[in-house]
Amino acid sequence: MIKRRKFFEAWFKALGLSALALAVGTLVLLFGALLIDGIGRLDWQFLTSFPSRHASQAGILPAVVGSTLVMLVTACVGIPIGVAAAIYLEEYARRTWLTELIEVTVTNLAGVPSIIFGLLALGLFVYMLGLGSSILTAGLTLALLILPVVIVTTREAIRAIPVQIREAAFALGATRWQTVADHVLPYSASGILTGIILALSRAIGETAPIVTVGALTFIAFLPPSPMTDQPPYLSFEWLMSPFTVMPIQMFAWVSRPGEDFAANAAAAGLLLVGMTLAMNGLAIYVRYRMRKRVSW
Amino acid sequence: MLLAALVSVATTVTILAVLLFESLGFFEVVSLQDFLTDTLWTPLFDDPHYGILPLLAGTIVTSVVGLLVAIPVGTVSAIYLSEFASPRMREVIKPTLELLGAVPTVVYGYFALLVVTPALQLLWPDIPGFNMLGPGIVIGIMILPLVISLSEDAMRAVPMVLREGSYAMGATHLETAWRVVVPAATSGIVAAYVLGVSRAVGETMVVAIAAGQNPNLTWNPMEPAATITAYIVQVALGDLPHGSIGYRSIFAAGLVLAVMTFAFNILGHVMRKRFREVY
Repeated sequence: MIKRRKFFEAWFKALGLSALALAVGTLVLLFGALLIDGIGRLDWQFLTSFPSRHASQAGILPAVVGSTLVMLVTACVGIPIGVAAAIYLEEYARRTWLTELIEVTVTNLAGVPSIIFGLLALGLFVYMLGLGSSILTAGLTLALLILPVVIVTTREAIRAIPVQIREAAFALGATRWQTVADHVLPYSASGILTGIILALSRAIGETAPIVTVGALTFIAFLPPSPMTDQPPYLSFEWLMSPFTVMPIQMFAWVSRPGEDFAANAAAAGLLLVGMTLAMNGLAIYVRYRMRKRVSW
Repeated sequence: MLLAALVSVATTVTILAVLLFESLGFFEVVSLQDFLTDTLWTPLFDDPHYGILPLLAGTIVTSVVGLLVAIPVGTVSAIYLSEFASPRMREVIKPTLELLGAVPTVVYGYFALLVVTPALQLLWPDIPGFNMLGPGIVIGIMILPLVISLSEDAMRAVPMVLREGSYAMGATHLETAWRVVVPAATSGIVAAYVLGVSRAVGETMVVAIAAGQNPNLTWNPMEPAATITAYIVQVALGDLPHGSIGYRSIFAAGLVLAVMTFAFNILGHVMRKRFREVY
């Protein structure tokens, strides 16, 4: 009898381990498949060329530039709004129906499929506001998409600061804002940073909403440069430029028949996975170090 | 800062407003009855039909396949992580699962089309290159991290005393996990499944790449079929004039999707809240 129960116990342990191995194994398999198919294409020519009808001459340059610029807009819009909203909710807001409503919508937005954000952007940014299928539209869309992630992680980081810190600041006559700016934010900076990195790593891989706002799949030029040789030396023309991003480029290649393009897709995928894994790894590392160091 | 916080409210309201506004234009042309009962979805053909059923069937089949993978594997993994694994092991496994959840969906689409489907073709040679089984399995793997971490949270929230009581009665680890911890954490675990469903229903790129683009009213996962999300992507890739019926049809489809995910999300969060209140 006891033997039987012990047997079940051992059996379940093996089952649990194999379930976890399945999850981890998939990650390895995924990476391996991309590596085998794509590493041969991932060279300097691939990184510096425009897309082409000939798979072997095609490259990912416009997509890399596009992703960088879109991320720039997303970060500039999404991070300040998200962090400010989190500070408001944690440090300023009283329990009213309004804060309750804000919290419900944040939780809800976190679960809305990304393609719905794409439809929102198509109706609102592209047509109603007339921004067209531009880098600005894509950046704003992704900013809305990452907002719940930034808000939730920032709030968690702020909440981890003990209340005594705030009370000490108040006792010395600091205002609420001085307390937040000089104490709460600096102490929770690494937690907030983790959240921002994770949010951006999610944004960089998002495909569906960018397809919906009308990114091009074949693009043979770069957006206008943000720097000019005439005063004021800065140009914002690029904001309104048509664009493509890395996941879209990969999608376009996957959708084309033929092994050559599949290799291009794998190379693009390798680049994408490499970037998201690097960003996530960085976030995990920052969090790990923070947990070790903190000793309130 | 209040304004920043209100952006989330504004976004939610605008999503609903845009979806409803464009859908109203759609339903001026298409009757609600046709939309819900017609078995063909061909808005872009000369003889247009606007029945959502084929798209809904595609969404349901891929999601169910996903859940058939994610629920058993996820539950067993979560029980193992929460009740059996050493802290060190947890320290390694949990970040790895996070990485699994962070891989861009378009990469999973590639995986479904060029790795999983060919592997399935080795088992069943007559599976077509586009089918719902492969993407369904991949969706299951994609939602696995979510299901595992939420159900593990629920199980770890079960107080130690319950486990100790069970051990004191002579129960083994497994018996305690299965007869004490899991029942006590049921609402949290089910909430994890429900939120997993919501994620599976809204998943886009995997099905758009690997499940085919033709609306097809079938419950057989071996066949190709388009889902609601795949249809939206397909139309968005083309160049439809703003305000045309085809353009509006993606908002009507989006509205159905939004209603489904809203419902699942609310259900999931209510259940999570409930299990939090118990302990």
